[in-house]
Amino acid sequence: MPKDKSKPGSLLIKGGHLIDPAAHIDGPMDVLLRDGRVAEIALPNEIPGSADEKFDARGLIVAPGFIDLHVHLREPGQGYKETMVTGTEAAAAGGFTSVCTMPNTTPVIDTPEWVAWQREPERGAVVNVFPVAAATRASRGAALTDFAALRRAGAVGVTDDGKPILDDEIMRGALLLGADLNLPVVQHAEDTRLTENCSMHEGRTSFRLGLRAMPSIAEASMVDRDVYLAQRIPGSRLHVAHLSTADALKAVRRGKRGNHKARVTCEVTPHHFTLLDEDVGEYNTNCKMNPPLRSAADREAILVALADGTVDAIATDHAPHATHEKEVEFDRAAFGVTGLETALPLAITKLHREQKIRLTRIVELFTAGPARVFNLRGRGSLTRGNFADVTIFDAKKRWTFEAAKSRSMSRNTPFDGWPLTGKVVATIVGGKMMYGAE
Amino acid sequence: MNKPARGSLLGIEYLEAKDIRALLKLARRMNPLKARPLLRNKRIVLLFYEASTRTRSSFEFAAKALGAMTTLVQSAGSSIEKGESLLDTGYTLRAIGADAIVIRHPSAGAPLLMAKHLDIPVINAGDGMHEHPSQALLDAFTILKHKQAFKGLQVAIIGDIYHSRVARSACHLLSKFGVKITLCGPPEFVPEVAATLAPGLRVSRYIEDALRGTDVVMLLRLQKERLAGQKIRLQDYIARYQMTSARLKLARRDAIVMHPGPIIRGLELTAEVADGAQSVIVDEVQNGVPTRMAILARALGKAR
Repeated sequence: MPKDKSKPGSLLIKGGHLIDPAAHIDGPMDVLLRDGRVAEIALPNEIPGSADEKFDARGLIVAPGFIDLHVHLREPGQGYKETMVTGTEAAAAGGFTSVCTMPNTTPVIDTPEWVAWQREPERGAVVNVFPVAAATRASRGAALTDFAALRRAGAVGVTDDGKPILDDEIMRGALLLGADLNLPVVQHAEDTRLTENCSMHEGRTSFRLGLRAMPSIAEASMVDRDVYLAQRIPGSRLHVAHLSTADALKAVRRGKRGNHKARVTCEVTPHHFTLLDEDVGEYNTNCKMNPPLRSAADREAILVALADGTVDAIATDHAPHATHEKEVEFDRAAFGVTGLETALPLAITKLHREQKIRLTRIVELFTAGPARVFNLRGRGSLTRGNFADVTIFDAKKRWTFEAAKSRSMSRNTPFDGWPLTGKVVATIVGGKMMYGAE
Repeated sequence: MNKPARGSLLGIEYLEAKDIRALLKLARRMNPLKARPLLRNKRIVLLFYEASTRTRSSFEFAAKALGAMTTLVQSAGSSIEKGESLLDTGYTLRAIGADAIVIRHPSAGAPLLMAKHLDIPVINAGDGMHEHPSQALLDAFTILKHKQAFKGLQVAIIGDIYHSRVARSACHLLSKFGVKITLCGPPEFVPEVAATLAPGLRVSRYIEDALRGTDVVMLLRLQKERLAGQKIRLQDYIARYQMTSARLKLARRDAIVMHPGPIIRGLELTAEVADGAQSVIVDEVQNGVPTRMAILARALGKAR
């Protein structure tokens, strides 16, 4: 470590309250960043010398940079919904210093060349981008991609997200190959044989609205099968994306128990821990996503699992769509909602303030938890030598989210006009301030 | 996005009992054979994305009996075929000078979407599996012709409730007047959740149970076009749920048999029942015109 404190590129974050769950820190600490790394963590006023810049974090929470395991940045090919520039600007505004991108672009990210393309500086991303590559060619579910080559190009996992890896033999093959390479297989758990032409969760609301609907079992049965497969493959890593049902959680718990040599992890989205199927109301297409908003019992199970440690990460499933894809008949509307800028405030409002989940646990779900799922070394904790990715937020600030002011190119959020508590103040990526609230 | 224009009829669920009573009262005063130029020079578009015989033609007759001009726009042969969106079609029709739009669409919620973006009344002539409010109103009109009042009535709705917008609208309407309703059919057609649609509903799997003491028997068509993926054996259905003369005897002696049509003789009912003394199926079709006259008059502010 260079000792010269005056060297350009140093930033001292002073007076804040550091929450770094992986390092078991929850108290007043100063943080010195230098040359893109964490140089020092010390009690207030204990860091000697001067830094090029200082950030006054009094009254604020300082945390390791947030990691979103599940975003759709839409490039290549769907730049009318979002670009890697606008998507990562929205990420920075939401406190995310790293995002993991889903491969269902046009074309599908199923070659090392496309993985490398997404990581090129020319894309203009303002936060770290970790591509998740397709598990099967064109995500058609028929033939596995070259996992080793994709990993070498920088892919942190494989998935056919948007669609499940349905075929037993293909899923088994993916888990085997993933085990060999220590690469997580990310499953969009939906038995599509049970959900054809469906546009919301099956229950009272779908019956009332006359909409074809997805039964919970379509998710749970797929997670059940995947856990069985994973547990019989030593070293395999199964990650369940956007988990939404109580029954799927049971399967994940089974997967986490016992001394199987497999690792089963899962993520949940802010919209699933906040909203219910009945919030679709009168065909609100900004409440249409896949998996759909579920029942009160499902949400209750998710809240319990967020608190007790079963859930590994909060992931947004940020899925921007153009107005013309949402202002249409409900059953023809695109699935998905944006989520990068509302994730932390929803977590603080719903999980911390309403459910009394501790802030340290919430920070863990945004940092150490997701870093472990995708093995993101040097991230998720602010120990010395780690990347200088820092998220600074005000846990008490009350404000109203306005979709019109979103950094995302798209406006498809169910949270427009919501009063929220908790706001990102600064997002620092590799030691550089990439977002600072006015 | 706005609130739907006054006079829109998007679903029975959104109406209050007094609105329904007023509409039925107005319908009783409408005479299809005696033209009243209440809506002279008004332009009414019949926008049909789905096949229809009785709903379309009775809305057309209703409009003409009130002196309005109508034009029919169907998906085949219009810009809809070229990929024009629902809202763009709505804006276009509005620009041409439509004063009201009557829409039938395979997507649930389509009329509401259109109504939220237009400043003219939108009338739902059937949207997917959601609602068919004009049918429910003409059925209510028909019931009141034969039964005087809703109070104390018992109604059995038999058949494919799940796929039926007619059933959903009928349940909402009758429930608002305290009618006891039994939904009857196999689980694929009558899921338990159906009973949560409105107060006063119950589900029965046995037609004998559903019919006992009932004043009104409403039959529904098996909708082959909506049966995607469902495995229903027609022979089993006929054996358990077909309305036969023998089964009809279980209902009250003065019970009426209703069906929104089109009927499939030999499937959900026998020809004897369809043509029998208790059948009011043809009556329903007839009542469609005055009921829809009332709906259109209300839509365009001529509900006097």
